[in-house]
Amino acid sequence: MNAAIRRESPGKKKFYKVLERVTESVFFLCAAAAVLALSVILIFLFIQGIPALREIGVWNFVTGTTWQPSGNKFGILPMIVASLLATFGSALIGGFIGLMAALLLAEVAPRFLANVIRPLIDLLAGIPSVVYGFFGLMVVVPLIIQLFGGTGNSLLATIIILSAMILPTMVSLSETAVRAVPQAYREGSLALGATHMQTIFRVTLPAAKSGVLNAFVLSLGRAIGETMAVILVAGNRSTMPTSILDPVRPMTANIALELSYASGLHAEALYATGVVLLCFIVVINITAHLVLRKKKEG
Amino acid sequence: MSEVKMSAKDLRLWYGDFEALKTVSLDMNKNSVTALIGPSGCGKSTFLKTLNRMNDLVEGCRIEGDVRLDGEDIFQKGYDLALLRKRVGMVFQKPNPFPMSIYDNIAYGPRVHGIRKKKVLDEIVEKALRGAALWDEVHDRLRKSAMGLSGGQQQRLCIARVMAVEPEVVLMDEPTSALDPISTQRIEDLMAELKKKFTIVIVTHNMQQAARIADRTAFFLKGEIVEAGDTLQIFQQPRDKRTEDYITGRFG
Amino acid sequence: MRKIIDNVQRSVLWLCGGIAVAFLAVILVYVIARGVPYINWEFLSTAYRPGLDQEGIRDIIVGTLAMVGLTLVIAVPIGVLAAIFMAEYAKKGKVLTTIRFCVESLAGIPSILYGLFGYTFFCLQLAFGFSLLSSALTLAIMVLPVIIRSTEEALFTVPDSYREGSLALGASKLTTLFRVILPCAIPGILSAIILSMGRVMGETAAVYYTAGTMARAPSSVMSSTRSLAVHLYLLVKEGLESGDAFATATILIVIVVGLNALANFVAKRLSRKLTGGN
Repeated sequence: MNAAIRRESPGKKKFYKVLERVTESVFFLCAAAAVLALSVILIFLFIQGIPALREIGVWNFVTGTTWQPSGNKFGILPMIVASLLATFGSALIGGFIGLMAALLLAEVAPRFLANVIRPLIDLLAGIPSVVYGFFGLMVVVPLIIQLFGGTGNSLLATIIILSAMILPTMVSLSETAVRAVPQAYREGSLALGATHMQTIFRVTLPAAKSGVLNAFVLSLGRAIGETMAVILVAGNRSTMPTSILDPVRPMTANIALELSYASGLHAEALYATGVVLLCFIVVINITAHLVLRKKKEG
Repeated sequence: MSEVKMSAKDLRLWYGDFEALKTVSLDMNKNSVTALIGPSGCGKSTFLKTLNRMNDLVEGCRIEGDVRLDGEDIFQKGYDLALLRKRVGMVFQKPNPFPMSIYDNIAYGPRVHGIRKKKVLDEIVEKALRGAALWDEVHDRLRKSAMGLSGGQQQRLCIARVMAVEPEVVLMDEPTSALDPISTQRIEDLMAELKKKFTIVIVTHNMQQAARIADRTAFFLKGEIVEAGDTLQIFQQPRDKRTEDYITGRFG
Repeated sequence: MRKIIDNVQRSVLWLCGGIAVAFLAVILVYVIARGVPYINWEFLSTAYRPGLDQEGIRDIIVGTLAMVGLTLVIAVPIGVLAAIFMAEYAKKGKVLTTIRFCVESLAGIPSILYGLFGYTFFCLQLAFGFSLLSSALTLAIMVLPVIIRSTEEALFTVPDSYREGSLALGASKLTTLFRVILPCAIPGILSAIILSMGRVMGETAAVYYTAGTMARAPSSVMSSTRSLAVHLYLLVKEGLESGDAFATATILIVIVVGLNALANFVAKRLSRKLTGGN
């Protein structure tokens, strides 16, 4: 037996034991930091936002159609409508195009082409949102003016830019889900005489449903929370939109535009806008959670 | 000759509600090979893992009875787990070299136990690799990754890695089940060599292997030892009908 | 009939794939093609003094790097250690579920709310003002989920047989962690760090309201500074010299896309290392 590695002194052994304990506690504290951070953020948001909701009244705040801080009128219905229209509009367009592109990459396109396109799309997921906004302002807005007239900064421009922004997420997550479908499903369908396309749309896509849905929800979250790209193209007028060419002001833009100079009730109303925004995000996630769980059970 | 190195007495073990071992007793002699045989799920691997307390890692695992190493209870409070595992080494079913160089794999154990001097480490590494009959094949690429070795070489590396910490007992959990016949042959040869220095306990599914290498054999069934004794006697004149059924292949 | 439907479906797939690629390619090509002519050494090496006809971004690059650095110094240790706790120490149960829920939730909060929080909490409440420190703290919370999740994933891919092998040699849990498991997970952790760098560089809303817009290189953690993304936003919003905007956007894209590519590359090395080869 090697003498050098026989027994350690009791003092040293105790030291190591204490060391193990201490490090484990440090690991735990770091993990607890995540809990602490979330709690502090939520508590702060609510502490700052609740007084405004109380003073203005939740109902008046959420259903009011006039936002006029100088006249002490704080209604954010037009912004809620703008957020929802922009989010769902872009999620539908970007989601559909993204899903089809994912199917193309996973099932139809020749391998070499897919291998070129996939990493490109992955990389584009990282382009900063302000760049999308910049592009929208320089290209999409003038294009809309040329085609339809008006101011160009509009709900339409917002939807187009948000659609582009969620494409990479949608394509890459859906493709992963589609690829995860067992080969046996496809073979089973083809062996029954179904065509390639029938197999894709009737067997493969339904089998990948929960993954695709998950990608869609993440896209919704990204769209509703987007700020900088939106500010640059939305037009930011806080009135109720009557057409897709009207300028709009989504909730995120409302916070970002006025935070720097707001004070008093006005500032509190901006926090309240944040609270409402957060509520929508929570609702989207809970719905997705329920739908996904039902899918798993059923 | 037959000095007892490790012994289990009335050992009972539960995973949650499942009783995996039901009052198992077995003596393992010094400088001999003890083979544990039996159908899958009979508790032989569980028993093996109890001997160096690797079962401690499993959640919901509860143990009664005692296991002694040189007469000392390994479950007593304050027993040094690291020292136990250094004295009772283990070779796993699937070769599990770390993704490091061959040298660092062997030197890992000694380093963990406090050896820093390069010269000493060099000596230990060479001795261990020679002991595992691997030195001639790898001495010119000690700094290359161990992941590049063949399966058989990887398993001998793992044996060398255990030997580098100079254990007294070596536990082997189906060490050749993932290997080809030629590699298996080399490891069996190695075991005959190793038992001169160590006490070896091996779990195997391969009847012939047990017959070839073991001095004593214990037959496990449903968490109990049906029969244990000299290998020759177990294979030629089993006392229990169930043992006979199993070794003649009429069973599970 | 079946053939017609098939062909229509096939065309839709190719059309959408084409649109997706074209859309993204146009954005890239348009911005970069217009930006590149404006990028030269003078642009990169001089300070931003619009009144003096100086439009360089030297100080802004320095400010961005300082912000990324300070954010990582705060977020990486916390994130990595938290992931170690979750992957290696925590038992399944309420504690782990709670922590995981919080991490997921943090990832779902929009950046403007991080800005709102950072502005109120760090700038006003703790009186750090518009500063490098306020923004780094805010951004650190924001990238924490990225680091925790990727690190956890990297730890999960380390096979259990390594842990068993090490413990069976008599190594303690802590030794096993630092000598065997973490070295295996380093490429994964590194790619998480690179990914967070990209996130921080590309972030605008949260930075705008915590670091302010001072276009000077920061002299201490308490000074206000301006990141490349915020700079781009201000240039665009004020409709100033769009050549600068294109050049800044190009630099931003190149850096962030480059970082993402690097992160992918590093992550791929992890799987290669664990599956063999030299």
